[in-house]
Amino acid sequence: MDVQAIRQDFPILKRIINSNPLIYFDNAATTQKPRQVIDAIRNFYENHNANVHRAVHTLSLEATDLYEKSREKISKFINAKESSEIVFVRGTTEAINLAAYSWGLSNLGKGDEVLISLMEHHSNIVPWEITSKLKGFTIKYANVKADGTMDYDDFESKFSKKTRIACLSHVSNVTGIINDVKRIAKAAHDNGALMLVDGAQSVPHLAVDVQNLDMDFLAFSGHKMLGPTGIGVFYGKKELLEKMQPFQGGGEMIKEVAFSQGKGCSIIWNDLPWKFEAGTPNICGAIGLAEAVKYLQGIGMDNVQSHEKDLTKYAVGHMQECTKVTIHGPSDFSKKCGIVPFSVKDLSSHDVALICDNYGIMIRSGYHCAQPLHQVILKLNSSDRASFYIYNTREEVDRFVEVLKEIEQL
Amino acid sequence: MPTIEDYVARVEGTCGAEKDVIVVFKYDRKDEAIANILKKAKITNKIAGIIFELTFENFSFRLYTSGKAIFRSVKNREELNDLLAKLLL
Repeated sequence: MDVQAIRQDFPILKRIINSNPLIYFDNAATTQKPRQVIDAIRNFYENHNANVHRAVHTLSLEATDLYEKSREKISKFINAKESSEIVFVRGTTEAINLAAYSWGLSNLGKGDEVLISLMEHHSNIVPWEITSKLKGFTIKYANVKADGTMDYDDFESKFSKKTRIACLSHVSNVTGIINDVKRIAKAAHDNGALMLVDGAQSVPHLAVDVQNLDMDFLAFSGHKMLGPTGIGVFYGKKELLEKMQPFQGGGEMIKEVAFSQGKGCSIIWNDLPWKFEAGTPNICGAIGLAEAVKYLQGIGMDNVQSHEKDLTKYAVGHMQECTKVTIHGPSDFSKKCGIVPFSVKDLSSHDVALICDNYGIMIRSGYHCAQPLHQVILKLNSSDRASFYIYNTREEVDRFVEVLKEIEQL
Repeated sequence: MPTIEDYVARVEGTCGAEKDVIVVFKYDRKDEAIANILKKAKITNKIAGIIFELTFENFSFRLYTSGKAIFRSVKNREELNDLLAKLLL
């Protein structure tokens, strides 16, 4: 993997921020975009822009072709059985909301249980908390060990005949730990429950095979994997999607809205996956995401994962030279993606992030939308997070560690 | 008469238990804002020429030459505005 060649594809990496070359270590929040993705979006708007599916004119047919080919490419990327299992949404959050509302409102009620881990991003907690208030089901939370790893025994012990769905992130957005979702999927299925996986931090960083892992639902975002913002994917097994009601109503998601005096409207839903895509979709977003997938496939997901693992190991090794820096979470790199959560003694996470910003280094500070994990498990008011991707280098890590050592002198 | 809005682009509450407040100054007025603040607040520490630790009345805060300031223990937006008015105007 030629990182220097990859870097040439990312125009933004040439920026100077606060008189320093940009070092972008906030990839778990969003990634930068290669020229290929930017060009694909520009090409769509310059040459093919039209609404999809309904019109018969040339531009609409071209736009539809590009949009549906994007779905096919993404379907193969995660090894879905067919492209109709891929629903385009705004991102991971909307995908999980789709599951909670569309599947949850029809399938959950009093006496039912939803099992969620305590390490989840708020987007895999809040939709279930909202719908539990509407439908009266119970949410059980599975524990996380003090080092940030999943307590599988606790998770498995909390399954019961009342459990209808288990929800777990494939990779934690705070610690980078890779969870054994296959194990939990098996436990869920053994108990007659479904398995929803938050893939926001896994699909961009490692090979994800929905059939092999036996996921019922998978949610992920385009912008965390080189694609544009405002596009994401909700994957569902076809037999489940077919039984689910639409999430939103409007154009595109219906076959027929027949009106008769006295009887009102009779509506027939569209086929999969369009039943779940009400209104004009984010056409160029889907095309941009497919181009991002093509870019990642060109590198190879095993290479992506290996590069991040190497960089994480290198970063942690050098950050440990800093006497006031504490690295949080598990230290077993074989089970981690490129995320390093840390704190600097006597400084708030925001101070550390602002000082890094002064040196052109972009890191994240705060709860990272995972307040329960911070407060209950890691016992932290907040943390800093450096997260890596394909264009980051050891030299950037060296500079980052130099700045951390300066920060320690404050 | 200049106003706080002439200098301040955005105020953001931080994410985390600390509840700090970050003030982002407008890019084209940041140098002026920093100069005004440095005239009025007491410098308790200056770090690498880019970070100033300051006190003003009963408040302590950090000012960054990138045009941001992080305030602690500010109760609400009114108190922050009052403080910024004294420091900037």
